[in-house]
Amino acid sequence: MGLKKIEAIIRVEKLEEIKNALEEKGFIGMTLTDVKGRGNQKGILLEWRAGEYRVEFLPKLKIELVVDESSVETVVSIISDTARTGRAGDGKIFTSPVDEVVRVRTGEKGRSVL
Amino acid sequence: MINSGDTAWVLISTALVILMTPALGFFYGGMVRKKNLLSTIMLSITMLAMISVQWILYGYTIAFGPDRGGIIGGLDWLGLAHVTGAPYAAYAPGIPHLAFMMFQLAFAVITPALITGAFVERINFSGFLVFTLLWSTFVYAPVAHWVWGIGGWMRNMGVLDFAGGAVVHITAGISALAVALVIGKRKGYGKVPMEPSNIPLTVLGAFLLWFGWFGFNGGSALSAGAIATQAIVATNAAGAAAALTWMIISWSHKRPSALGFSTGAIAGLAAVTPASGFVSPLSALMIGVVAAIFSYYMIIFRMKIGFDESLDVFACHGIGGMWGIIATGLFAEKALNPAGANGLFFGNITQFKIQLIAVAVIAIFSFAATYILAKIVDTMFLLRAKDNEEDVGLDIAQHGESVY
Repeated sequence: MGLKKIEAIIRVEKLEEIKNALEEKGFIGMTLTDVKGRGNQKGILLEWRAGEYRVEFLPKLKIELVVDESSVETVVSIISDTARTGRAGDGKIFTSPVDEVVRVRTGEKGRSVL
Repeated sequence: MINSGDTAWVLISTALVILMTPALGFFYGGMVRKKNLLSTIMLSITMLAMISVQWILYGYTIAFGPDRGGIIGGLDWLGLAHVTGAPYAAYAPGIPHLAFMMFQLAFAVITPALITGAFVERINFSGFLVFTLLWSTFVYAPVAHWVWGIGGWMRNMGVLDFAGGAVVHITAGISALAVALVIGKRKGYGKVPMEPSNIPLTVLGAFLLWFGWFGFNGGSALSAGAIATQAIVATNAAGAAAALTWMIISWSHKRPSALGFSTGAIAGLAAVTPASGFVSPLSALMIGVVAAIFSYYMIIFRMKIGFDESLDVFACHGIGGMWGIIATGLFAEKALNPAGANGLFFGNITQFKIQLIAVAVIAIFSFAATYILAKIVDTMFLLRAKDNEEDVGLDIAQHGESVY
């Protein structure tokens, strides 16, 4: 069995849309974290009293889901299609292998837990 | 002869001006990093307590007491001796002398608080307390005496400063430059991002200041009548015109921020302060527009040269106050206030020259005296916070607290 974790850094305002798109395809469970980060633009410029100042780390959301290997491509494409605005700051998606998953309530292990 | 209406107005005005000092703390606090927010508010609110005590003990007498050579008040009213509920006609015939003293106390309190914007996030708190006590004694009191004290040399010369453009705003704005030079930049200034911690707090402070300014300028009539009303109308007009002007300028560059809008209001209010009781509503609008333009580009210039006068006390209050004193020499109308004079636009070049002298002398004196005081405090008591205190933030390092 192969399990994968998908971590997606997304725009805060895109959460609802992404959640609904994933739910439609049967991907319900996820973990959400408030994060701050930056990409190649090194943050953004905001208005000071006169002129501007730089904010280096912007608030974003991180969604984490663990899915069966076979679903990775589907989930990644749902997220990236939904999260995309075409402007800098749309985010990143990372995937990584997961060794094990345990349901705390029953102690069950493996794919059936997802 | 005590006039109860006048007395009521001056007492209410006193309360309005007292509120401005905590408001200033909010205004400044919102613009600093989260780790220094309480420290910044503390700088203002401690002035309310410390200068209140200083004023009663000896501040009032050296600023407003019986004249000694046009330069300083004598010690006759030490501990408020002879300052009673009876009027002191030379200052304000319709109100108790104590009411006049108390109204002036509110001004003495807010002026050193204004300077704090120059050295937020890196000041050593105990050094700050010593510095402001010295500053109040050796800079504020003499200038207040020159301009407003009976027998003060500038008052005798005919300088017009209705509510403190010179006494409050020029002294604070110029002194801010001097202290910023002595204390130096914040660590990482220009390299590390310094995000404002709470812009709504700054906006709250700014508009509480606007509200308080009605007492600041309206109360300076020391009576409740036409002059107080004119001053309030002018105050509101200049604040409004300057806020709009600032918004338009910043919009033309990029976007109209709440922070800029609020700053514009303060610049306009500072500028109209000396003129408020002497000028028409239309003149006040002009004063506000010009104040916003000057202050806006002064901030841009200050940022360009990388000088860390952190919250632009000079750009807002120094420039605002200087322009206001000069504008008083342009727009003042004797027809509106017989106690005033005509300015240049009403055919009186003499008044304009007098105003220019006041600006130059007060600016030079404030800068030199403050620079020396700051150096003394730096040498004897430490003016700047220690490196690690600055890194951690002054809230935790100096006050043992942290915000939200």
